Amino acid sequence: MATSNLVEVQNVTFSYDQRQVLKDINLAIPKGKVVAIMGLSGCGKTTLLRLIGGALLPDQGEIRVAGEVINKLDDEGLFALRRRIGMLFQFGALFTDMSSFDNVAFQMREHTQLPEALIRDLTLMKLQAVGLRGAADLMPSELSGGMARRVALARSIALDPMLMLYDEPFTGLDPISLGVIGQLIRRLNDSLGATSIVVTHDVAEALELVDYVYYMSAGKVEFQGTPQEVRAATLSSLRQFVYGEPDGPVPFHYPAPDYRQDLLAQ
Amino acid sequence: MMTRKELDLWVGIFAVVGIGAMLFLSLKVANLASFTAADTYQVNARFENIGGLKVRAAVKSAGVVVGRVGEIRFDNESFEAMVAMNLDSRFQFPKDSSAKILTSGLLGEQYIGITAGGDSANLKSGDVLKLTQSAVVLENLIGQFLYNKAAEGDGKK
Amino acid sequence: MTQRVLELMRALGARIVNAWIWRLGFACRFLWLILRESGPSFRRFPLTIREVYFSGVLSLVIILVSGLFVGMVLGLQGYDTLARYGSSEALGVLVSLSLVRELGPVVAGLLFASRAGSAITAEIGLMKATEQLSAMEMMAVDPIARVVAPRFWGGVLSMPLLAALFSAMGVFGGYLVGVRLIGVDEGSFWSQMQAAVDFREDIVNGVIKSFVFGVAVSWIAVFEGYDAPPTAEGVSGATTRTVVTSSLAILALDFVLTALMFRGL
Repeated sequence: MATSNLVEVQNVTFSYDQRQVLKDINLAIPKGKVVAIMGLSGCGKTTLLRLIGGALLPDQGEIRVAGEVINKLDDEGLFALRRRIGMLFQFGALFTDMSSFDNVAFQMREHTQLPEALIRDLTLMKLQAVGLRGAADLMPSELSGGMARRVALARSIALDPMLMLYDEPFTGLDPISLGVIGQLIRRLNDSLGATSIVVTHDVAEALELVDYVYYMSAGKVEFQGTPQEVRAATLSSLRQFVYGEPDGPVPFHYPAPDYRQDLLAQ
Repeated sequence: MMTRKELDLWVGIFAVVGIGAMLFLSLKVANLASFTAADTYQVNARFENIGGLKVRAAVKSAGVVVGRVGEIRFDNESFEAMVAMNLDSRFQFPKDSSAKILTSGLLGEQYIGITAGGDSANLKSGDVLKLTQSAVVLENLIGQFLYNKAAEGDGKK
Repeated sequence: MTQRVLELMRALGARIVNAWIWRLGFACRFLWLILRESGPSFRRFPLTIREVYFSGVLSLVIILVSGLFVGMVLGLQGYDTLARYGSSEALGVLVSLSLVRELGPVVAGLLFASRAGSAITAEIGLMKATEQLSAMEMMAVDPIARVVAPRFWGGVLSMPLLAALFSAMGVFGGYLVGVRLIGVDEGSFWSQMQAAVDFREDIVNGVIKSFVFGVAVSWIAVFEGYDAPPTAEGVSGATTRTVVTSSLAILALDFVLTALMFRGL
C-alpha cells in the first residue's frame, strides 16, 4: 500500500496564527487515481491542498510526494518537485498581462530551452486538449469564467505533471462548463497517467467523477471511501453534507439566546 | 498590448531624451565644458585675511577667468591664510605678479584677481606669490571711517 | 485611572511594534531578497525594459508639463523678487539652481510616486489578490525575481532620467517667461547661469538625489504591493500608503541629502 501512494500525509498538524486548522490528520492518495477531498468551508481542505503543494509548512508531521518529504526540501528541491506538480486555482489565476497563449507557454519558456517553434506546437496542443485552441490570442479579461478556468487548466498541464491539484474547480460555473471541467479532469488524469486531488464541496459532480473520497470536518478526516460508500454512509454529518439537509449536526440556527425572551425583551 | 518592438522603441526614445536632458543640464546650464578637465598648475598665495573667499571661487586676470581656488589652509606659524590656486596651463604669469581678493559687484561673492608683473621669468607649479592684498573687511572699513571722522572732528576743534 | 493609561500605552506600544517595526524589518528583508534575485532582471533585460516603459515613459507627460509650469512660475516669481534688488539678470541662476538642486529631484520624485509608484503597488497587490503570485510560485517561478525585481529596477532607472527632464523643461520654462515674456537679457540669463551652476556640486548632486529617491519610491511601491491584504480594501489602502510614505520619505531624504551635500557651501 505504501509504495503505490503518490502522496502521503502523516500526522500533520497546522495552525493559522492561533487557530488550529488541521489536527493530526492522515491521508494517502494512490497513484493514478482521482481523489476528492470534501467538506464544509473552513474544514481545512484548501489548507491541506496548499500543504501538499509545499506552499505552507506543517507545524508537525510529514507530507510525502513521490517519496520525497516536501516540507523538508530546500529551495532547489522544492522548485524541482513543483515542476512535476500542476495546480489549478479557484478562479484560474491567469496572468492578466499576457494572452492565453503566453499563459500556457509560460512554464515551457521559463523552465525549458525548447525552441519557440516547438513551444508553439506544444502550447496549441494543450489548448486543443481543453478545447480552446481558437482562443489562444485572447487576453484573460476577454474570457468567460469557464473559459478562463480551462485555459488555466491547459497552463497547469503544460509540463505533463505527475500530480494535479484542483482548488474548488467547479465553483461559480454554469452547468455546461461544469460538465466540461469534470470531464477534462478525468480525461487528462487518465491520458497523462497522473494522479489528481480535487478539493470541492460540489457533491454531485465530485461523486460522478472521482475514484475515492475523503470527507473532512474540523481539521480531521471523518470518513473515507468510494463514491458508493459515501452515498450509502450512515454518518449523520456526512449524510447532511451529501444530501444537503438544512438541519443536522451542523445546525440551521446560529447560536442565539432563547427566542421568546429575545422577542419579549423590549 | 504593446509588442516588444514598440516597447523597446519607446523606452529607447525615453532613454535618449532623458540623457539628452542630462547633457543639456551639464553643458548649457552648468560649466562642464569649460573647466574641469583642463590642465592646471598650482600657484600659492598668502593673505592676511581672505574675507569671504571660498574654495572653487574664480581666479581672474583682467576680468577673465583663468583658474579656480583649490584649497584654503591656515598657516599656524605665520598666522596667515594659504590659498592654493589651480591656474589653466594655457596662461603663464610673471614671477612678480600680485594677487588681490576682490568682490563681484558691491555685495557679491569674492574672487581672486591676478595682476601681471614685469618679470621675464614665469611662475612655475608650486611657486608662492609674493605680493598680495587681503580682502576688504567691511567692519574694518567702517571702523576706519568712524576713526577718521572722529580725528577730523578733533582736528577742527 | 493609571490602569487605563498603562493599558493605552501597552496597546500603543504593541501597535507600534506590530505595525511599524515588524513591517520595517520585513521591508528590509524584502529589499535584500529583491537585490539577491535581481539577476533575471538584467540577464533578461526585456523584463526591465517593459517596466521602464510603464514607470518612465508613461510618466513623461506629467513630468514634462509639470516641469514646464514649475519653471515658468519660478521665472515669474523670481523676477518679481530679484527686480526689487536690481538683480534681474540673475534670474537664470535662480531658476536653474532651484531646479537642479531641489525642485527637479523632489517634485519629479513626488509625481513619480503618485503616478508610477501607486500603479506598481496596485498591480502587484492585485496579482497577489487574484492568486497570480501563488500560481507563479506553484509553477516554480520565483515571483520576486520575475515580477517584483524588474518593477523595482524599472523605477530606479527611470527616476534620474525623469528628474533631469523635469529640470531641463523647467529651465526652458524659466527662459520662456524670463527672456521671451518679461524681457530679461538673454545673454546674461545663460552666462550667469553657466557661471553659477557647477557640474560636480549641483548637477551630480541632483542626479544622486534623484537616484536615491528612485530607490526609495520603488522599494516602498513594490513592498506595499507585495504586502497588501488580498482584498479590494487591502489593495486600495496599500496604494494610498505608497503615495503617502513615498512622499514623506522623499522630503525627509531630501533634507538629509541637502544637509550632507550643500552644507559646505
